[in-house]
Amino acid sequence: MSKEEKKVNRRDFLFTASYTVGAVGVGAVIWPMIDQMNPDKAQQALATTEVDISSIEPGKSITVLWRGKPVFLKRRTSEEIAEARAVNLDDLPDPQKDEDRVKEGKDEWLVMLGVCTHLGCVPLKDKGDFNGWFCPCHGSHYDVSGRIRKGPAPTNMEIPKFEFVDNNTIKIG
Amino acid sequence: MSEHEYVPKSKAAKWFNDRLPLLTLGAHLTDYPTPKNLNYWWTFGGILTFCLITQIVTGIVLAMHYVAHADLAFASVEHIMRDVNYGWLIRYIHSNGASMFFLAVYIHIFRSLFYGSYKSPREVIWIIGLMIYLLMMAAAFMGYVLPWGQMSFWGATVITNLFSAIPLVGDSITTWLWGAYSVDNPTLNRFFSLHYLIPFLILGLVVLHIWALHVPGNNNPVGIDIKKPSKDTVPFHPYITIKDAFALLVFMIIFAGFVFFTPNVLGHSDNYIPANPLVTPAHIVPEWYLLPFYAILRSVPDKLGGVILMFSAIFILFVLPWLDTSKVRSAVFRPIYRQFFWILVIDVLMLGYVGAMPAEGVYLVLARVGTIYYFLHFIVVMPVVGYLEKTDPIPMSISEPVLTGGAEPSLARKVNDKV
Repeated sequence: MSKEEKKVNRRDFLFTASYTVGAVGVGAVIWPMIDQMNPDKAQQALATTEVDISSIEPGKSITVLWRGKPVFLKRRTSEEIAEARAVNLDDLPDPQKDEDRVKEGKDEWLVMLGVCTHLGCVPLKDKGDFNGWFCPCHGSHYDVSGRIRKGPAPTNMEIPKFEFVDNNTIKIG
Repeated sequence: MSEHEYVPKSKAAKWFNDRLPLLTLGAHLTDYPTPKNLNYWWTFGGILTFCLITQIVTGIVLAMHYVAHADLAFASVEHIMRDVNYGWLIRYIHSNGASMFFLAVYIHIFRSLFYGSYKSPREVIWIIGLMIYLLMMAAAFMGYVLPWGQMSFWGATVITNLFSAIPLVGDSITTWLWGAYSVDNPTLNRFFSLHYLIPFLILGLVVLHIWALHVPGNNNPVGIDIKKPSKDTVPFHPYITIKDAFALLVFMIIFAGFVFFTPNVLGHSDNYIPANPLVTPAHIVPEWYLLPFYAILRSVPDKLGGVILMFSAIFILFVLPWLDTSKVRSAVFRPIYRQFFWILVIDVLMLGYVGAMPAEGVYLVLARVGTIYYFLHFIVVMPVVGYLEKTDPIPMSISEPVLTGGAEPSLARKVNDKV
């Protein structure tokens, strides 16, 4: 190859500039096509749910739907709280203190996504080897704090963003 | 291919053919020289084409009555079953048709594995075939979601959650797939759209699959290269068409048996319960044709590891032509490989069985053993056996064992019977 041919000339510049503009154009068209599949405004509008918790007795729990997913609200007894706090953190695949999973001063209320962190099934309450939840799909056992203890799930059941609006109402989301 | 040039008889036909050589294509497909020793395992290509057309035709009809909305889908399927004229028949053909499609494709794939049809020069045919297989699984999965029953909903939840195992971006990808924060109406809507699209993608790939096949021509039970056309070949029509048609008839009898006598035996009764996002069925089981992969997924006690292994089980097949080191194609002449082939068949059937059982105790052990063998077969057995194996003598042509007595008398007899 001669030196002449290797030299960058005006045509090379034009090619590169055209490809670049073309790539930006293609990207600008592709992104809306991809992003249209993300949750739309109607889905995002369902982002919060308020729940009346006044009728839940200690030791009982209810399940509500938030963003299409079940949320467990469990009012724990003092024995259950003590049991959750007595666990040695070294025994946990995903170590997390029970205190970090509830709101301070509202220790009896466990509010968490009722979604197994393995493949998204809804675990059954009061089942499994750890007095908590058991996922029937692939056999994950959760304890009374919703922490993974045994089975294929990688992490503890997720705690959603929530707050106490007043003593009888929880707002999730 | 050394075919003589086709010249249409009438002037009008010639005029048209000069402008668009469709008649030449037709003549090529009719005369296409085919090995004369193809056995019934070779009839599944035609059967699969029939399955695809059946699914497309019944699917288009079902889409005329189905409503892709979370509140209406379940009821619209029941409406098809009860109110639409012959709706029950069309839906049962479509749902059982999916199973028959997979039955045929598995036989087709194992045929290829036994006779070495994936090997040079047919690697591209094999790879296109695997792409068709992947699209079939996607179409079948999304189709199963559409009735919006409990298995639909929770199957969709479990399978889409597989993507959440991807580090960092997993959750965003899953949300993007759903179009919501869980499997919901947007998910159903897009699955319907894609379920309608995929069969036509498959159709396009089938054209490429056949095109790629017609370049080297068919492999055959003895697995040798043959001269085309020669005394080793017969024209596709009428010899192969009539054989394919007979096999198709037998296949259709079995198909009709399912449709008319046990239309729900391959499905799951939980899918006649409307989807409920608050309750997971006690046993989530995929359709039978996905069970071996499900068993592999569950055999690993780690989420990401299970997902990776499951996808690897499929993608390893793409490099199969390069993992197999044997120069001999057909397992008929490979005494050692032949035995491993049957072990693989048993292994996959066993994985399918344990995939339907709870993942605990002896089933978990079997799933792990089965998974390990599955990968060993492709990564170790195929390259090593190909090297070490002493293969049986190969005939020079398909006709040779008949004419010379050949090295393989049983083969000679087989060919003799047909002549």
